[in-house]
Amino acid sequence: MTFKEIQKLARAEWDSLYYGEIPLILVGTATCGRAAGALAVVEAFEKEIVRRKAAARVIQVGCMGLCYTEPLVTIIKPKSFRVCYKNITPDLVPRLVEGYILGDDPCLELALGTLAGGNGEAISIPELSRFEKEPRLIMRRCGYINPEDIKHYVASGGYSSLVRALQMPAREIISQLKRSGLRGMGGAGFPTGEKWELCQKAKGKPKYVICNADEGDPGAFMDRVVLESDPHQVLEGMIIAGYALGSSQGYIYIRAEYPLAIKRLKIALDQAQEYGFLGKNILGTVFSFYIELESGAGAFVSGEATALMRAIEGKRSIPRARPPHSVEAGLWGKPTLLNNVKTFVFVPLIIARGADWFSTIGTERSKGTAIFALAGKITNTGLVEVPMGTTLRELIFDIGGGIRQGKLFKGIQIGGPSGGCLPASLLETPVDFDSLSKAGAMMGSGGLIVMDEDNCMVDTARFFLDFTQKESCGKCTTCRIGTKQMLDVLEDIVAGRGKIEDMDLLVELGEDIRDGSLCGLGRTASNPVLTTIRYFHDEYEAHILEKRCPALVCKELIAYYIIPEKCEKGCEHCVLNCPVKAISSDERRLKIIDQTKCTKCGTCLEVCPAEYNAVVKLSPPTLVPMKEG
Amino acid sequence: MAELKERLQRLLTEEKRDKRHLISLLQEIQQEFSYLPREVMLEIAWFLGVSPSTVYSVTTFFNQFRFTPVGKHPIRICLGTACHLAGGKLVLETVERELDIKVGGVTADGQFGLERVACIGCCALAPVMTINGDVYSRLTPLKMEEVLTLLKSGGESERK
Repeated sequence: MTFKEIQKLARAEWDSLYYGEIPLILVGTATCGRAAGALAVVEAFEKEIVRRKAAARVIQVGCMGLCYTEPLVTIIKPKSFRVCYKNITPDLVPRLVEGYILGDDPCLELALGTLAGGNGEAISIPELSRFEKEPRLIMRRCGYINPEDIKHYVASGGYSSLVRALQMPAREIISQLKRSGLRGMGGAGFPTGEKWELCQKAKGKPKYVICNADEGDPGAFMDRVVLESDPHQVLEGMIIAGYALGSSQGYIYIRAEYPLAIKRLKIALDQAQEYGFLGKNILGTVFSFYIELESGAGAFVSGEATALMRAIEGKRSIPRARPPHSVEAGLWGKPTLLNNVKTFVFVPLIIARGADWFSTIGTERSKGTAIFALAGKITNTGLVEVPMGTTLRELIFDIGGGIRQGKLFKGIQIGGPSGGCLPASLLETPVDFDSLSKAGAMMGSGGLIVMDEDNCMVDTARFFLDFTQKESCGKCTTCRIGTKQMLDVLEDIVAGRGKIEDMDLLVELGEDIRDGSLCGLGRTASNPVLTTIRYFHDEYEAHILEKRCPALVCKELIAYYIIPEKCEKGCEHCVLNCPVKAISSDERRLKIIDQTKCTKCGTCLEVCPAEYNAVVKLSPPTLVPMKEG
Repeated sequence: MAELKERLQRLLTEEKRDKRHLISLLQEIQQEFSYLPREVMLEIAWFLGVSPSTVYSVTTFFNQFRFTPVGKHPIRICLGTACHLAGGKLVLETVERELDIKVGGVTADGQFGLERVACIGCCALAPVMTINGDVYSRLTPLKMEEVLTLLKSGGESERK
């Protein structure tokens, strides 16, 4: 089949499905949707349609990034509104089928909003004001097309950039990328066009193209969502790279913890091959390109370029000194181009719409959009895609909806274990590569964790250091031993054994690790500690000088206490539920916690009825009246 | 032993006989056996023509590989950033206390194994865990106890 014929076939199918006579039900079944019960919803729809003999089709789509609304269902009804429904459970399905599939009642009480776009333009929900700030590029089809059907991708414009690229000289593709200003989306921000040019000019054959999908930050999942929702755009970018660089072999290195992304990628690879976009003589040209999937085995350091290449070679994933750079001597010592998932996604877009268009989006030195994974104490958890230069305040309050339960905003942690913690005073910082580095954080993985008054910054720093310390590959002494020393000092501080000079020691160690380590993991490992010391100095001092944890988190520095005046004497919830039998009733039936037995699990606080609210946390523990000690 | 060899032979196919397939072979084998038995690692070394210490160095480097069998119900508690901030550690401690095992351990009757994982990408539902692949969300120590009681009595938790 020629590309024109494939396109015609795909469009015919697409039109009959999305613009046909029969209602279409889209259910988001990416990993996050599944965790919220989306597969049961799919099943419920299929059963109900049969039971009611309704004419409707159900297809599984990816994720729109609105995690807080999962399971998310969209109903496309001919000659009527396309409506998105939030938090749909199987017991709501009969209502939707009765209301909007069979009848004309759009069930507004369950609706999130209407769906706009989808035919070329990015999808959006105009009722949600966040979409005004989210001109989505990477996620423009996510949650709308069926990721397991290549025809949906082709019908919505997919692979036409490949067709165009195959008619362009390689240097023209690279010069377009250079002019666009695109920078590596993996976090470090190296200019993409320049990287491609270096690799294209490098001597040595064969050359390799690698897509880094080893998303290791324990709080970022945008690459997973892209691969689960719209995988072909990544393949298209890689195939164009193969053509521009004169490479015929690509690899996708993906975390084994992402089984659904792996499954959907495999399907995408098979279909791309079947339709002639991949494999021998692509679209009838002399160019051939193959892609293999390699699944990671659970090492954070494998996300580092040289370490990742070793893992593909079947070796321990340990980074090496550069130069030589991978573009000259990478996989098996051959010139290798390695880019992040999102970087490859931008390539077909730039080919289709031009470098000039792309360079109008974003800031002077950071072009395009960036995706962040909003999590933590934020109302609207999920993914956001905003132009570079959007401020943190817009991200957290305008799009993210602010802090849950009216709590007080304390800070954000951006960029995962390599990033930093920023306080409220830096909310006007624009998100772009340079502004974030200047503040001591990093674009990094794109994880953005929002913290409120109940989160302890010292504990957060300890958490990240614990992670990097465990994940250090051990090659560089400063990283192997330095992170352990820093962690020991932090463990002391959160346990109330800290000394005031520890803070200087942490800064000194942190700077040594940064200067003395080879790879990004070591060079950035101390960022969470250095930034919390810089911006949340007072919390460290409270832990060290007053043995007090202001957020009431650090176990050694808090005690649980039952306020006698508030305790309802007839109620025994805490006594019965305490797993270590540390709570007893005295002769007046007042509940008393035996502090020597208490493991501080928090169960008593959880079970104490809200109307009494008698259990509190105190810090320092010496605040508990002596008679109970 | 003979049966083990037979299961292994099915996975060691000729097109995999290249050093670069070491990691993917180990992954497939772990999927089959739930862990990497010592004899199997020796067999792979022989098959690929590498030293047993090479195989061992790779298996100890990556977090995914394990040298003991997992329990019948492997409990995987997420301790990614969002889950940590939402109290994932308290949930983990509940399991340790209730089942009297530590991370990486298996209960004496082989029913439960306990592991910690770094982010399964369900941050919006934190803290989360998976048991037999099912995701349990918004956990608290109390909810965790209930889940364990149900599983011990052989039932599935209704509220996942």
